Amino acid sequence: MAEVLHMRHGSNAGQPITRRDGVLKVTGQARYAADNHPPDMLHAVLAGSRIARGRVVSMDIEAAQAHPGVVAVMAPGNRPPLALHPDDKSVPFSFCLDLLQDDRVRYAGQPIAVVIAETLEAATEGAALLAARYEAEPVEVTLDAEEVFVPQAVGVGDPGEFWHGDVEGGLAAAARRLEATYETPQQFHNAMEPHSVVAAWDGDALSLDMPTQGLALTQMRLAALFGIRAEGIHIRSPFLGGGFGSKLLTGPQVLGILAAKLVGRPVKLVLRRDQMYGPVTHRAPTRQRLRIGATEDGALTAIHHHVRTAVSRFDEFFEPAAGISRTLYAAPAIAITNEAVRLDTGTPGFMRAPGLASGSIALESAIDELAQACAMDPLEFRLRNYAEVEPVSGRSFSSKALRECYAEGAARFGWAGRPLESRQMRDENGLLVGWGVGTATFPAHMFQAAARAVLRRDGTGLVETGAHDMGQGAWTVFAQIAADSLGLDVEQVEFRAGSSDLPDAGIAGGSGHTATAGSAIQAAGEQVIARLTELALTDPRSPLFGAGNVGVVPRKGRLVRWDDENRGESFADILARAGVAEIEGHGSGAADTAMAERYAMQAHGAVFAEVKVDPDLGQIRATRLVGAFAAGRIINPRLVRSQYYGGMIWGVSFALHERAVLDPRTGRVMNADLGEYHVPVNADVPSLEAILVEEDDPHVNALGIKGVGEIGITGTAGAIANAVWHATGIRVRHFPIGIERMLREARAPGTAG
Amino acid sequence: MNRFDYVRPHTVAEAIAAAAMPGSAYLAAGTNLLDLMKIGAARPARLVDLNYLSGLDAIEQLPDGGVRIGARVRNADLAHDAAFRRQFPAVCEALLSGASAQLRNVATVGGNLLQRTRCAYFQDTASACNRRAPGSGCDARGGENRLHAVLGWSEGCIATHPSDFCVPLVALGAVVEIEGPAGARAIPLQDFHLLPGETPERESVLTPGELVVAVRLPPEAAGFAAQSRYVKLRERTSYAFAVVSAAAGLRIENGRITEARLALGGVAAKPWRAEAAEAALAGAAPGAAAFRHAAELALAGARPSGDNAFKIELAQRIAIRALTLAAAGTPDRLPALPASPFAPIPGGLHG
Ligand SMILES: Cc1cc2nc3c(=O)[nH]c(=O)nc-3n(C[C@H](O)[C@H](O)[C@H](O)COP(=O)(O)OP(=O)(O)OC[C@H]3O[C@@H](n4cnc5c(N)ncnc54)[C@H](O)[C@@H]3O)c2cc1C
Ligand code: SF4
Repeated sequence: MAEVLHMRHGSNAGQPITRRDGVLKVTGQARYAADNHPPDMLHAVLAGSRIARGRVVSMDIEAAQAHPGVVAVMAPGNRPPLALHPDDKSVPFSFCLDLLQDDRVRYAGQPIAVVIAETLEAATEGAALLAARYEAEPVEVTLDAEEVFVPQAVGVGDPGEFWHGDVEGGLAAAARRLEATYETPQQFHNAMEPHSVVAAWDGDALSLDMPTQGLALTQMRLAALFGIRAEGIHIRSPFLGGGFGSKLLTGPQVLGILAAKLVGRPVKLVLRRDQMYGPVTHRAPTRQRLRIGATEDGALTAIHHHVRTAVSRFDEFFEPAAGISRTLYAAPAIAITNEAVRLDTGTPGFMRAPGLASGSIALESAIDELAQACAMDPLEFRLRNYAEVEPVSGRSFSSKALRECYAEGAARFGWAGRPLESRQMRDENGLLVGWGVGTATFPAHMFQAAARAVLRRDGTGLVETGAHDMGQGAWTVFAQIAADSLGLDVEQVEFRAGSSDLPDAGIAGGSGHTATAGSAIQAAGEQVIARLTELALTDPRSPLFGAGNVGVVPRKGRLVRWDDENRGESFADILARAGVAEIEGHGSGAADTAMAERYAMQAHGAVFAEVKVDPDLGQIRATRLVGAFAAGRIINPRLVRSQYYGGMIWGVSFALHERAVLDPRTGRVMNADLGEYHVPVNADVPSLEAILVEEDDPHVNALGIKGVGEIGITGTAGAIANAVWHATGIRVRHFPIGIERMLREARAPGTAG
Repeated sequence: MNRFDYVRPHTVAEAIAAAAMPGSAYLAAGTNLLDLMKIGAARPARLVDLNYLSGLDAIEQLPDGGVRIGARVRNADLAHDAAFRRQFPAVCEALLSGASAQLRNVATVGGNLLQRTRCAYFQDTASACNRRAPGSGCDARGGENRLHAVLGWSEGCIATHPSDFCVPLVALGAVVEIEGPAGARAIPLQDFHLLPGETPERESVLTPGELVVAVRLPPEAAGFAAQSRYVKLRERTSYAFAVVSAAAGLRIENGRITEARLALGGVAAKPWRAEAAEAALAGAAPGAAAFRHAAELALAGARPSGDNAFKIELAQRIAIRALTLAAAGTPDRLPALPASPFAPIPGGLHG
């Protein structure tokens, strides 16, 4: 497989260069928010509620205050005022916050006080001394809650209900039908770096070290909350130790900022691991009922994807799990319906591949079950129902190399010859072996971004945008795009990001960061080159004078003629002769709405999984994963492959390991640590391959980029579930699939609950 | 506030004297105790740090053929001791299936024996727990108790003992050497941990101030070296506590089992030796029928303590697997995934 895709002359994009920030990271020099210690800084520790619903009746604030080293205790009584009520959502994209506004408790782990002290130890002890007493009310934390309602919209403005074609007719006419319910648990992001902030006030100016996936969004939200100018807030967020959506919205860090205000000194607040299971959002649980039908020969007649999900009692976010069924398979009739219950938990939010991860494992399982009912190979069944156009709209896809993904993935995996029936394969030890496939997809989102590019006197470039590196490689990929936009080598470009005083790069979310901020960078660089070209073409002393009609292009620090690359001159010479110190360009990136209306834009992929299952003991291990993904133009194959690997490992986690255990009586998360909240360890993921399938997309954006950050989870989780069935003949529809469910399902099929 | 004394004795006698103060706790590597202190589940009045003691850190081959392991020997050092591994491969396999490499590098023999239950309600100080706060109740009843005990539990407590190491040790008849204010004594490991009964807060026979100084494996225990295994079922391939586990040792002569050892982990508040099963196996021909019968006997008294009936069946199956693997013979090298169902299975499974 070629390492270098889309390789062009003079192109940095397409090259698998290593991370530009790699050395900083492996030598410990990369400075994360919590690594900052401004002079005079104090430490803040959150006290979280132990009940999930009710009131804080009392706290021993005096005891905490009296502890040596404690400077202040911030509680509803003395919390500095805010310009907006924490539940005010007038700022776009904001969620209700818990900022000590009153004594109400609405979920376990909700902040009820903040203790600020000279040392972390004193603050920690102070928080313990508060010994809060509560008036607890009965809680509801399961999907079985009685009051069910229909949300107007799910996700970000997707319709709560959607009907296309005659679904009931399609189901009635089907020769093969499946009706099954799939259940996914509540999950938490568990980024390695907990949410943290180092806050310092200087009058109305606010200086923050704080990991965020959306610098400008955070700035805007904080400005509104505190009633100050956004420009007066400077946020530095050069590195995030993962975010996965949990650092998109401003959450409990606001309490650290309030604490700094209260004490008039810089304050650091870092959440403890167990506090990462409360106020920082989560992936909502779902119960999904799929009703699908097919003709005798495996053509889908209808899909009805119904989702029950959960939301907090005080806010709105509905996991859009059924959305995937609108785009993935060509059924003449498709319906999506949603319902929700309100629970005494924090508000759910965006977690890597929101909606799609949960929806995909259900849809891919159901498709597999129907293929089985039609006695068809599951890959053949998927091809039989290949959506040539977006099924619900009839729009063409801007590009769709899914067929190639199926073919390349299947070939590499060795899918051919897979027995149709389950329980047919064993390894040399007698363990059951199964193979499964899943289709991956993720929409090509774009947001809004701006960038600034400068060509400096010495011919080197400077490119700036407030982009966010969460470990995905933004520092590197954007530098590659920047270098190409200016016709320079990547070493000749200084790239600045991760700070709110730079042009707004939008958000690092929705897998749209590279496409959006990359487009802005490209446009900024192009503007610089256009201005430079104008200088050269109008200067009679330039060898390019008059080349206007043939055109010129930037190449490795020189402007050269299209028709003869030997004729040209260096950037530095053009600037020097014109007596210009530097040339500046600005660019923006956003979706082309006309294109977005004309075309359906999705990345696609196919994931093939092998699992082994102990036939007696039910322990499962994914042994081999091959994913083939088509996501438009690939800027850096090394980093993109890492994104796919990470996504696929998350798929393993989703299928086999991950779940929060909530006590139904108290609403507390009972496994709020990384020892007991299981994610895969190395031994759970022995072999991974990601194939980058060529896909040229002329419509999605000028760079041809779709996103790669989230798609890997989709497809993978279902492929593993399907492989477990193929290995054992046991269909577990309740995730994660574990030993216990395998055993229960083997005993009494269909009853695993 | 949790103020506590901290003392650093240099001899066993000093340690015992220091720990005579009520509420004292010995601190070994602290991989369990310090975690519990941080979350408020353990609040000792005094920490007696064993890390500056001289001695208790040797693996001694005894003249009678037994082995004496000092209480301060690190889990990893014991597992990688070549002679010990030849004699007690199942013990090493159990050690290496526990925790993570980093934890094993520091965790000690004494600490492993005395590690506390992983019951989530025991760790959560906002929950009622008779073991942590006697008389407060047991929130695991009616709560999340999928992995709780199926043997030997009481109405007051349904927790399990989480150690892997202890399971083959108890099967092999290990003896715990104790020194305390009233002198030295030796207790079979089998009698060392206490079932909860009415007093779940009493987890072992140790009286205040008593120190585990060593664990001894009797000479006859090495007689199982050629045919002994440990198998552990867990919810991910590594770095997870056992759902259930089993250690089995067999001596087979002329196609007959002359002596058998079987113990289960993750089923009770102590490592569970299955003596009735051992007795039934003696004299039997090794094979599926005998192993199934033994497994049924081992779980004969089992009953679910909550939403965990599945563990009874599972514990039988793991017992059968351990016996089957033991019958197939100890492998020359420990598998790369110790105690895992995904380790190579000599002769393979049939089914
Ligand atoms: C994330 C994680 C995963 C783990 N997974 C596993 C696993 O899969 N399997 C497994 O078996 N274990 C597992 N463990 C537990 C681990 O084995 C224990 O934490 C360790 O063995 C304790 O040893 P220590 O020396 O650190 O003891 P400490 O934490 O120092 O002490 C533990 C207890 O023993 C007492 N104590 C220590 N030494 C003596 C002595 N000589 N005499 C009397 N009392 C003494 C202490 O007072 C304390 O009560 C895991 C632990 C963690 C943190
Ligand atoms: S099972 Fe035992 S340890 Fe767990 S809560 Fe009940 S009493 Fe406490």
